[in-house]
Amino acid sequence: MTHLAPALAPVHQQYLLEARQMQALSFTVHIPLVCFGIAFPAMVLFAEWMGLRTGDPVYRTVARRWSRIVLALFAVGVITGTILSFEMGLLWPNFTATFGSVFGLGFAIEGFSFFLEAIFIGIYAYGWDRLSPRWHWVSGMPIVITGFTGSLTVIAVNAWMNHPTGFRLVGGHVRDVNPWGALFGNSLLWSELIHMYIAGYMVTGFCVAGAYAFGRLRGRWGRYERVAMTIPLTIACLAAPVQVLVGDWIARDIAVEQPIKLAAIEGLYKTTRGASEHVLGWYTNGQIKFGIGIPHLLSLLAFHSWNARVIGLDTVPPSERPPINVTRLSFQTMVGIGTLLALLGVFYLLVRIRSRRLPETRWFYRALVVAGPAATVALVAGWVTTEVGRQPWVVYKVMTTAQSVTGAGGIPVGYTALIITYLGVAGALIWILRRLANRPLDVPEPGAPAAPTPQPA
Amino acid sequence: MLLKALPLVFVLAGLVLYTVLAGADFGAGIWRMLSGPGEQGRRIRDHAHHSMGPVWEANHVWLIFVLTVTWTAYPTFLGSIASTLAVPFFIAALGIILRGASYALRSGASTSREGVLVDGAFAVGSLVTPFALGAMAGGIAAERIPVGNAAGSLWSTWLNPVSITVGVLAVAFSAYLAAVYLSADAARRSEPDIEEAYRRRALAAGAVAGALAIVGLIVVHADAHSLYAGLVHGAGLAVLIVSLLAGTAAMGLVAARRFEPARYVAALAVAAVIAGWAFARWPVLLPDLTVYQAAAPHDTLVAVVVAVVAGGAILFPALGLLFALTLRGHLGTPGVDAMPPAGVAKGVLSQAGRAGPAFQARLAVALLIIGIGFLNAADAPWAHVIGVFSLFGFILVAFAAIVPRALTQEG
Ligand code: HDD
Ligand code: HEM
Ligand code: HEM
Repeated sequence: MTHLAPALAPVHQQYLLEARQMQALSFTVHIPLVCFGIAFPAMVLFAEWMGLRTGDPVYRTVARRWSRIVLALFAVGVITGTILSFEMGLLWPNFTATFGSVFGLGFAIEGFSFFLEAIFIGIYAYGWDRLSPRWHWVSGMPIVITGFTGSLTVIAVNAWMNHPTGFRLVGGHVRDVNPWGALFGNSLLWSELIHMYIAGYMVTGFCVAGAYAFGRLRGRWGRYERVAMTIPLTIACLAAPVQVLVGDWIARDIAVEQPIKLAAIEGLYKTTRGASEHVLGWYTNGQIKFGIGIPHLLSLLAFHSWNARVIGLDTVPPSERPPINVTRLSFQTMVGIGTLLALLGVFYLLVRIRSRRLPETRWFYRALVVAGPAATVALVAGWVTTEVGRQPWVVYKVMTTAQSVTGAGGIPVGYTALIITYLGVAGALIWILRRLANRPLDVPEPGAPAAPTPQPA
Repeated sequence: MLLKALPLVFVLAGLVLYTVLAGADFGAGIWRMLSGPGEQGRRIRDHAHHSMGPVWEANHVWLIFVLTVTWTAYPTFLGSIASTLAVPFFIAALGIILRGASYALRSGASTSREGVLVDGAFAVGSLVTPFALGAMAGGIAAERIPVGNAAGSLWSTWLNPVSITVGVLAVAFSAYLAAVYLSADAARRSEPDIEEAYRRRALAAGAVAGALAIVGLIVVHADAHSLYAGLVHGAGLAVLIVSLLAGTAAMGLVAARRFEPARYVAALAVAAVIAGWAFARWPVLLPDLTVYQAAAPHDTLVAVVVAVVAGGAILFPALGLLFALTLRGHLGTPGVDAMPPAGVAKGVLSQAGRAGPAFQARLAVALLIIGIGFLNAADAPWAHVIGVFSLFGFILVAFAAIVPRALTQEG
């Protein structure tokens, strides 16, 4: 491979680590929020549709209250996303200058997608009572679609960074650019996209259901709450087991396209036939300490063969290896949480099918309260696996993160300012969500037992 | 040649729309701070808040549009300006966070003390962001940004006479546009005192913006001579005159209470200023970089043009719908609760014909097994496609089997 000649002359950046952490912080704030943009509108529309079908006003109340939460979270999603776009220039100008012509199209299309999302969220959230019920419902459909297309294009960029195609390097310069092929002809795109999309439904479903579970544990329970819990809970509990299956798919893709990332995930130093899988433990000096080894399992999982050869970290020089323990621990966190959530989902589904009701044990509701935050942790841990596992490359095997970073000073100042700002935003967001949740229920429905909800103690 | 310039036309058009639409949103934030005391002050603030509610997010996306098209079509240009102008860029980012967050908060603030706090944060964001973006534009127009990774000074590239003038002008102009827009909106709602309050503000802000524009020309003459030379010759001069005429006409229209045309004429004035820069310096983007040198490879430019044209074909009807609904007063406030209108009391949609529960359950299990087989046991890409669709089918069918029944049975 020829060496890359970046578009701007490379510089030495003393604060590369801070720049990476700033990027990571911005993502950690943005991605959980966008899960609600991906999944919540569909749940709101389902509730509204049930209301249209049955004429029961409780559904409309649910949809209407949820739509306000969608609006508030969308506003914060927009600003955190804007920060990410700015950071492409602020932190990684050389990445953007060198490869903007290859991947930029993805963000340009994403822009249109968010445009439409913003427009229809405006119409939907401000159009209750003003548009006819049927048209109001229809005006929500584009939000669901654009939530999907928006993630499609962003993930296309990320999949391209992990598996760059659609250009050639001639004397270090980027030539023969084919942006459509780079973004959408990429084998990693589909597994990443589906995994992220389902993660969006899990995070949203468990978080929303968890909020009502918390209320139920404190005696706040009526028909409204039951409806508002059943919809997100069922979706999340169906998505959780499927996510494990999709996770297996994505891991097999990684085994083929990014063997060093897989080696880091598994802490595999030596290239091995019939490699064993290690659960838990800590990587030092080329081996896993205190882990539980299961012989042949890694070869079996990654390549579906008892004695398949799995590439180890020793095939690349130390400077091209990602931080092993960060990658490995975050991966194990994701898989551990994913497995537990899948079990929780199966438990709910079994109770539902056998006795046609919600589970009654308090432990189930306690678990649900934890499930939302746990799914969010799994989400971030998954992205840490992907992004840290790709290091030191920003474009896998083509451009290093150090080559792409800005030469501007003052990164620590910016980083500190961003931390303070985001802490403020987080505090504000929690405050507004509590406000929205504590508003008295707004529909006096005939024959509904739980109309005025007591404030939580 | 044309292909290399076309994305720049999109970028400049996006910039005009952002300045006019989002600029008015920033201005509304400024007026919330300058609303004055008492009951009328509160109404002036609330009016600014409610008029912007449904549209600000859509208006904001024009900035994202400008940014993404620039980095796709002129990557070196964007890399150079973003790294050298990191400070104002970051300040603009923080301002946008403040604005967005306080917007989301305003709907939850109920006590007046909370309202004042939120309005204060909103106003700071609304002042800082147009100033920082204007200062960046000034630095670029004055050709102070060299090509390279943070190759120019972090400070003098945007804290120089031209930048500061353009930054302040951007703030004044935002305030002016907002006042015009809010007067028009108050007139539509027949609230004459609010209309008059904003009309006075529009005239004051317009006078300030006009004076600043003239000062700006003098500063450009002294500080950025090549830009000045371009502005007083040929096409540059023509658009400059258009801008002056449009600016004056807009003031006259506001004085005569013709707010709606005043907005379009004011927009023309901004468009002319931005076009003036483009004509004056064409094809220079940065001191050592022309549009032709900065442009991305051919296939990328074609892709950008296709994406923008196709995206625009979907976008503009949708935007038209949003603005039409807003102007006709079809969009209310999400915070106001009302009884459901009579129309929905009995199911509007008829019961869809549905299959029996046992069948749905069996179908779901079958889809799950097929999905595992094709996604997890098989290795071929085509098999994975079948697997993914089966698993999505499983989720949908199982959801349909469980939820509607669960919701209607209990209760
Ligand atoms: C709710 C969240 C969640 C849950 C429960 C899981 N994942 Fe995950 N995972 C993600 C959320 C996530 C993610 C955040 O969405 C990632 C980051 C990049 C991506 O595409 O998805 C991800 C990435 C990711 C990667 C790395 C992909 C790459 O580097 O491109 C692998 C190998 C897995 N996952 C595997 C699994 C397995 C085997 C799971 C089984 C239990 C699992 N995930 C559960
Ligand atoms: C669609 C695009 C992208 C997605 C979805 C994505 C996702 C993420 C996430 C979630 C993290 C956080 C990891 C953590 O918490 O530690 C992260 C970190 C990071 N991202 Fe990305 N990213 C994307 C694009 C980029 C781009 C464009 C760059 C820059 C060139 C980049 C460089 C980094 C770096 C350097 C880190 C920090 C990694 C570390 O600390 O080692 N990513 N990314
Ligand atoms: C895992 C990766 C990502 C996903 C799934 C994702 C998805 C989304 C979604 C669904 C929204 C809509 C807002 C909401 O619902 O809250 C959004 C907003 C946004 N995202 Fe992301 N995003 C990701 C990463 C990024 C990256 C890497 C960037 C830029 C570099 C970015 C830029 C934006 C912008 C600018 C917005 C605001 C759009 C607007 O103004 O309406 N996102 N994102």
